[in-house]
Amino acid sequence: MEALGSLIQGFGVVADPMNIVYMFIGITLGVLIGVLPGLGGANGVAILLPLTFGMSPTSAIIMLSCIYWGALFGGAITSVLFNIPGEPWSVATTFDGHPMAQKGHAGEALTTAFTSSFFGAFFAVIVITFLAPVIAAFALQFGPAEFFAVQMLTFCSFVGMGSDSPFKVLCAMMLGFALAAVGIDTVTGELRMTFGSVELLRGFDFLIAVIGLFGIGEILLTMEEGLAFRGKSARISATVVWRTWKQLPKYWVTAMRGSIVGCWMGITPGGATPASFMSYGLAKRFSRNGSKFGTGEMEGVVAPETAAHAAGTSALLPMLTLGIPGSPTAAVLLGGLLIWGLQPGPLLFVEQADFVWGLIASMYLGNIAGLIVVLTTVPLFAAILRIPFSIIAPVIVVICAVGAYTVHNAFFDVVLMLVFGVLGYIFKKLSYPLAPLVLALVLGDMAEGSFRQAMLVSQGDLAIFWSNYLVGGIITLALFMLFWPVISTFIRRKSGTTGGTEAVAAK
Amino acid sequence: MKVVKHPRLATAATFATAVLGATALSALPTTAFAWEPTKSVEFVVPAGTGGGADQMARMIQGVIQKNNLMKQPIVVVNKSGGAGAEGFLDIKGSKGEEHKIIITLSNLFTTPLATGVPFSYKDMTPVAMLALDNFVLWVNTASPYQSAKEFIDAVKTAGPNKYKMGGTGSKQEDQIITVGIDATAGTKFTYIPYKGGGDVAAQLVGNHVNSSVNNPIEAVSQWRAGALRPLCVFDDERIPLKEPIAGTQSWNDIPTCKESGLDVTYTMLRGIMMPAGVSKDVVDYYVDLFQKVRETPEWKDFMEKGAFNTTFMTGDDYTKWLASADEQHRKLMTDAGLAKK
Repeated sequence: MEALGSLIQGFGVVADPMNIVYMFIGITLGVLIGVLPGLGGANGVAILLPLTFGMSPTSAIIMLSCIYWGALFGGAITSVLFNIPGEPWSVATTFDGHPMAQKGHAGEALTTAFTSSFFGAFFAVIVITFLAPVIAAFALQFGPAEFFAVQMLTFCSFVGMGSDSPFKVLCAMMLGFALAAVGIDTVTGELRMTFGSVELLRGFDFLIAVIGLFGIGEILLTMEEGLAFRGKSARISATVVWRTWKQLPKYWVTAMRGSIVGCWMGITPGGATPASFMSYGLAKRFSRNGSKFGTGEMEGVVAPETAAHAAGTSALLPMLTLGIPGSPTAAVLLGGLLIWGLQPGPLLFVEQADFVWGLIASMYLGNIAGLIVVLTTVPLFAAILRIPFSIIAPVIVVICAVGAYTVHNAFFDVVLMLVFGVLGYIFKKLSYPLAPLVLALVLGDMAEGSFRQAMLVSQGDLAIFWSNYLVGGIITLALFMLFWPVISTFIRRKSGTTGGTEAVAAK
Repeated sequence: MKVVKHPRLATAATFATAVLGATALSALPTTAFAWEPTKSVEFVVPAGTGGGADQMARMIQGVIQKNNLMKQPIVVVNKSGGAGAEGFLDIKGSKGEEHKIIITLSNLFTTPLATGVPFSYKDMTPVAMLALDNFVLWVNTASPYQSAKEFIDAVKTAGPNKYKMGGTGSKQEDQIITVGIDATAGTKFTYIPYKGGGDVAAQLVGNHVNSSVNNPIEAVSQWRAGALRPLCVFDDERIPLKEPIAGTQSWNDIPTCKESGLDVTYTMLRGIMMPAGVSKDVVDYYVDLFQKVRETPEWKDFMEKGAFNTTFMTGDDYTKWLASADEQHRKLMTDAGLAKK
């Protein structure tokens, strides 16, 4: 139990009063960053990075990583209240979180989201503490083919399900792929579909699309319904946290699955956003209440939140041990490490033990501090829903616009956000699903890149996807997931008939 | 974007004042300038957050704030669209803007050639070359090659497309070096583009590619851990750092590629440009600012950690260097068929 000893030493480092202060400053800033859509954790950390050069590296990383935890927590708030994901990884949280708020259960939804986040993060920290070296070695097994397999698994666990017409799902997804292809093509280094426009050089950012599709789209819908305020019945009481906690333990399977999916995606590294989608898809498929997902199921909040937070936390592991950032925020933190003169890599754990274990210890304490901070604000945030819609709607539009602008500091993105808003409205009116579009937009780029890298490696031979047990296993699992509806119908029919014959035979 | 006035920046600045209040006491005496910034200076990074250029820009921002080298705040803005074209077009279009500077990397030369987006160093005012980033040929320690010659011979013997070179981005510096090797040594690598230098190093450790031309800072930790082996450095001279890094080996122990019989040299510009149409006083102010930055211990430490070539150039020397680098890139990329027709 060498790790345990080092961890206790790490707690000693963090217990310094100044570090505790930095921790709380970080969490609070992080929650604010998380609440504002567009101003993501990566931006927030990047802006504050130069301020930390005066601090010791340990204090600096404690504060910056706490901003990151705070942003992970905060992203859920606007998802639940206004259907606007504060961060990319909270998109899947809107699917059930917002319907819960509409039914008057905003407090419950927020508590569920925060508690699940905490659970996922804690799970991941424990994994990091005890399995870091093993996991780091495992992550090295991932080449382009393996990455594509993981991305395909994400798609397949999310698609191939649901009650929407397959044609509409396909349409939405193809539109997402087309949008993802705009901008620079990473494999050939050439521009695609920019039509000579400078604004299109950036491509379509996932965040801007999401703010428009969900946030503005939702406001347009509500306006059409005569400004009726659907969250009005929310009754706020201080006991909401306690009441929700009593219901949560029954979703332990979903929470565990979400955490494992999240850790896996964070380490490989696939990222928090795909992790949350994959976890939601799996939960919907394997839950007994799967068919009710999307109407305000608590389980539908637990699944993406545990996965996102577990992935966000475990993404720091490949950053520390391999120097590969598992998320955009991790990439900025990585830059910070280099500036402070710390070289991420296999030797960091040996040479900078104080730093590494201080950071890991701060993950434990930071998440506990984060949970306390956000839970105390639940009644406060839930109370926002009592403000009449006609007052809150303009505020939301302003926040959305500021958020869209912040992503690239470009005014064109604000226009784009409005266009996506109208698109989102039309999609809802014609009952086209938004989720496949969003998923294709976030994953399309990555999956395309990995696929073409793999094809370069194999010189165009598809057999590379079955070239070893790891990649073959994941691809096969992905195909199994894709065809699960067909398979499950087949199994049901088969067992139904055999059951029938047995009954006859017994007679 | 014209004026940098934004809530998040305001908060950041207020916060900066609060945190840095203590360190600002050690302010250096400031001399009078013919020109000084009158509002915040925008520092454009034509690359994403977390990459080499971004790290350097944020490091400079930190050094300037910490040592109080400028009276106005400096704000880093990433404009990475279209392989950096977005950032360079912004500078090109801001003629006469005195409060905007950009940090360049090789995409100043490669992006216009690869994508056909029209901009060049001639559309901007050169300020200073801060350093040149080195490139090193790396292989996995599990492979038998001890020298660049052994490795290149093996690649040649194996035939075309048998060996895979991993690199950052497409039609950018790593691929240019790769086609440079192919042209000089008669090899034919399969070039696999990845998103970032860290990914490339990890892919090489995991044996998914056979070699890489990572910058020193991207692969040094894997070298020290005994996972990667440097074969040669693509500069004219060896790196002058003699302090042991990995075991008994120092950066200085790595031979140049030329010494090893592979006559390819390449270094990447880390320099500062600004919009065209600004007066000499303005350029002088920034040159002086970066000279001060270079004298700080933080900067020296950063240079050493990354094993940079610390050449500093301004004025005509720098412009001449840019012209010859532009020509070198045009020739290499056109010959290799990487330039857009």
